[in-house]
Amino acid sequence: MDAAIAALAERIRAAAESRQALCIRGGGSKDFYGGEPRGELLDARGYAGIVSYEPSELVVTARAGTPLAELEAVLADNGQMLAFEPPHFSPGATLGGCVAAGLSGPRRAAAGALRDFVLGARVLDGRGRWLAFGGEVMKNVAGYDVSRLLAGSLGTLGLIAQVSLKVLPRPQREITLAFEMPEARALETTNRWAGLPLPISATAWHDGRLSVRLSGAESALRAAAEKLGGEAAASEAAARDWTAIREQTVPFFAGEAPLWRVSLPSNAKPLALPEAQLIEWGGALRWLKSGADAATVRGAAAQAGGHATLFRGGDRAAGVFAPLAPALARLHREIKAAFDPAGILNPGRLYREF
Amino acid sequence: MGEALSLTKIDAERQRTVAQALRTFLPARAVLWQEEDTRPYECDGLTAYRKVPMVVALPETEEQVQRILRSCHAMEVPVVPRGAGTGLSGGALPRGDGVLLAMAKFMRVLRIDPLARVAVVQPGVPNGAISDVVSPFGLYYAPDPSSQIACSIGGNVAENSGGVHCLKYGLTVHNVLRVRGFTIDGEPVSFGSEALDAPGYDLLALAIGSEGMLAVITEVTVKLLPKPQTARVVMASFDDVETAGQAVAAIIAAGILPAGLEMMDRPATQAVEEFVHAGYDLEAAAILLCESDGTPEEVEDEIARVRAVLASAGATRTSVSRDEAERLRFWSGRKAAFPAMGRISPDYYCMDGTIPRKRLGEVLNFIGDMERKYGLRCPNVFHAGDGNLHPLILFDAASADELRRTERFAAEVLEKCVAVGGTITGEHGVGVEKIDQMCVQFSAAELETFHALKRAFDPQGLLNPGKAVPTLRRCAEFGRMRVHGAQLPHPELPRF
Repeated sequence: MDAAIAALAERIRAAAESRQALCIRGGGSKDFYGGEPRGELLDARGYAGIVSYEPSELVVTARAGTPLAELEAVLADNGQMLAFEPPHFSPGATLGGCVAAGLSGPRRAAAGALRDFVLGARVLDGRGRWLAFGGEVMKNVAGYDVSRLLAGSLGTLGLIAQVSLKVLPRPQREITLAFEMPEARALETTNRWAGLPLPISATAWHDGRLSVRLSGAESALRAAAEKLGGEAAASEAAARDWTAIREQTVPFFAGEAPLWRVSLPSNAKPLALPEAQLIEWGGALRWLKSGADAATVRGAAAQAGGHATLFRGGDRAAGVFAPLAPALARLHREIKAAFDPAGILNPGRLYREF
Repeated sequence: MGEALSLTKIDAERQRTVAQALRTFLPARAVLWQEEDTRPYECDGLTAYRKVPMVVALPETEEQVQRILRSCHAMEVPVVPRGAGTGLSGGALPRGDGVLLAMAKFMRVLRIDPLARVAVVQPGVPNGAISDVVSPFGLYYAPDPSSQIACSIGGNVAENSGGVHCLKYGLTVHNVLRVRGFTIDGEPVSFGSEALDAPGYDLLALAIGSEGMLAVITEVTVKLLPKPQTARVVMASFDDVETAGQAVAAIIAAGILPAGLEMMDRPATQAVEEFVHAGYDLEAAAILLCESDGTPEEVEDEIARVRAVLASAGATRTSVSRDEAERLRFWSGRKAAFPAMGRISPDYYCMDGTIPRKRLGEVLNFIGDMERKYGLRCPNVFHAGDGNLHPLILFDAASADELRRTERFAAEVLEKCVAVGGTITGEHGVGVEKIDQMCVQFSAAELETFHALKRAFDPQGLLNPGKAVPTLRRCAEFGRMRVHGAQLPHPELPRF
């Protein structure tokens, strides 16, 4: 345990003793997400840097405070990437915040989510204990899979201090095809295509226009493009468009209305809500700008077999994540207590009860 | 392997009480307690450990599972869930004071949705049967453990099983969307969802690989993938295993992600060649099998790149499968590696450590040293793409001394895997087999965290107790724990 970790551990131990809530924070790029941050600021940015990276092992290990942009640049220099394409939401985004938020970008449906790429983590729990789970190898079934449990836990289980991630080679080439089609047909089409051996790496539908990104070997892309048709976009402009969707800087995301993230089975019918949507992940992720009350949005999501998160804006105090069934809520409280018995780490960030 | 767990002898009165309690809601055929009926359940795929269970329950419905759990919970009877019994780490080893909950009758495929690419199946369905039943839709279930014709999807969930295509397609945890079941008190739970995520903590990831200790699974929703249009395999020969290991790194460094990447050393190829005639180069110190799948264009492209990399990485010979029959023949040897060992030795013991690939040469040399130290042969097969080693120690269980040497040999190799930054188990699980080595891989605080998680689901410790996570007392007795800094582990425990 180095001095920086010892100091953080001491800070957490002292806070636990005095029941002082701590707000663990990296770059603050996702302060808008989850319950309102509260407690004394515990800045994780000081614990930064890539610890080990060997491209031929397909694994990178870095400290929580490492800027996400810096990490991605190092991977890109070696022809590799974080295949889950995490959103940054601001230039200050850190690796720790990225893992704690657990969010994935356009490639998720094809490549997997952030949690799928987590191989190991080192964490300071709510007693300030320095714990290591998982490791730097692809396959590891020793002990419960705590490192994946930490992904998306919003810092409520511990300060995620160091993470090992599986990385993948960057595709040789990418092209984007565009199609004019209404929502229902776009959903049917993207689901059908996902069942065929095609190199589709992302889809986005909005306002009657479906964009489909293909990634892979030149020969495979040519064959797939011929099969699918559509209108090919210039590759650099298309790459910028996918980044803009990931970073939510396309015009759809602008404006004051609350943004809902609706996660559904990919082939669920169009949501019975009147407002505009942007649909990613082959139909499995539907962004909704809506002033409708939470019960209406959650009801529509549940009816379609999924769940809705109040992603940005709106009334966070009423709870941003879909309420849990009582048995699951009890397990959540018990798990939280196992890691953070004093309840001091990012309280209320995930659910109001803890 | 370590010493067997001390499991209680069967108490006849307790047995009668428990069997009678289960008989109040289960038919006679679903409650076994006479030894001639319970004996077949005494072990799983790790046959070195055996224990006849007090009672075997064979439920057929979710409601029966719930009532069994409620009843056992009320009587404080331990419950050990069991799938197909093919596990290699003793995860389904019964207890003489417990109920073995055999899920063999949960054999139905409940729903296939080809458009959404999901199948909902009961836990007893064999892994391979899922791919068979969805094949008409051009889909398949990706994880393919070598036991896939027999092993059940429920067991795969419990162990987070892998296979030979993990590098590209992932493990069970990457290919299951949702599981449904009950906690030990009979409370229904569902982890994950048919969407790509669920609100709250990722309990699905926690449940997968939990070795049946957190919940009993009664339904599994798996993700299906489109079948690749074509697949071809390159077979390459090398003069020494280290060069073969470097060739693996060179393939990955070239930006290639093969569908499968397997290595076998000469003792392994010699054993299987006699058995299946796969056409392996017996002059080679090691062979590599590298599979490419996808569209015909992609595969042709990738095979050309792989051959170029292998040639410059020192391969002495390469050949490419010309058709599907030849591809299957190349794989037949690798897939027959375990049974082939059974032909050249009375018994074999399969290890499952995973290491960073760059340490392969060092670990193989270490295994060579151990062969000399313990006077036992140990051919190696290796999931080279993901660093998962399966050294196979050949021994004769009839000799108590050979068994003892095998155990010590295996323990040293697993501890070496931890020392080079790897893990004691890549895909077979800890079970009872590697429980002592858990003390080497994890600190006291980490083990305590595992126990705390277990208590969150099962406060009384009734579901598959004694597996996967050792008690701190056991670690202290084992006497080989990880030392953190200068501090001795488990200072709270007395030492002698």
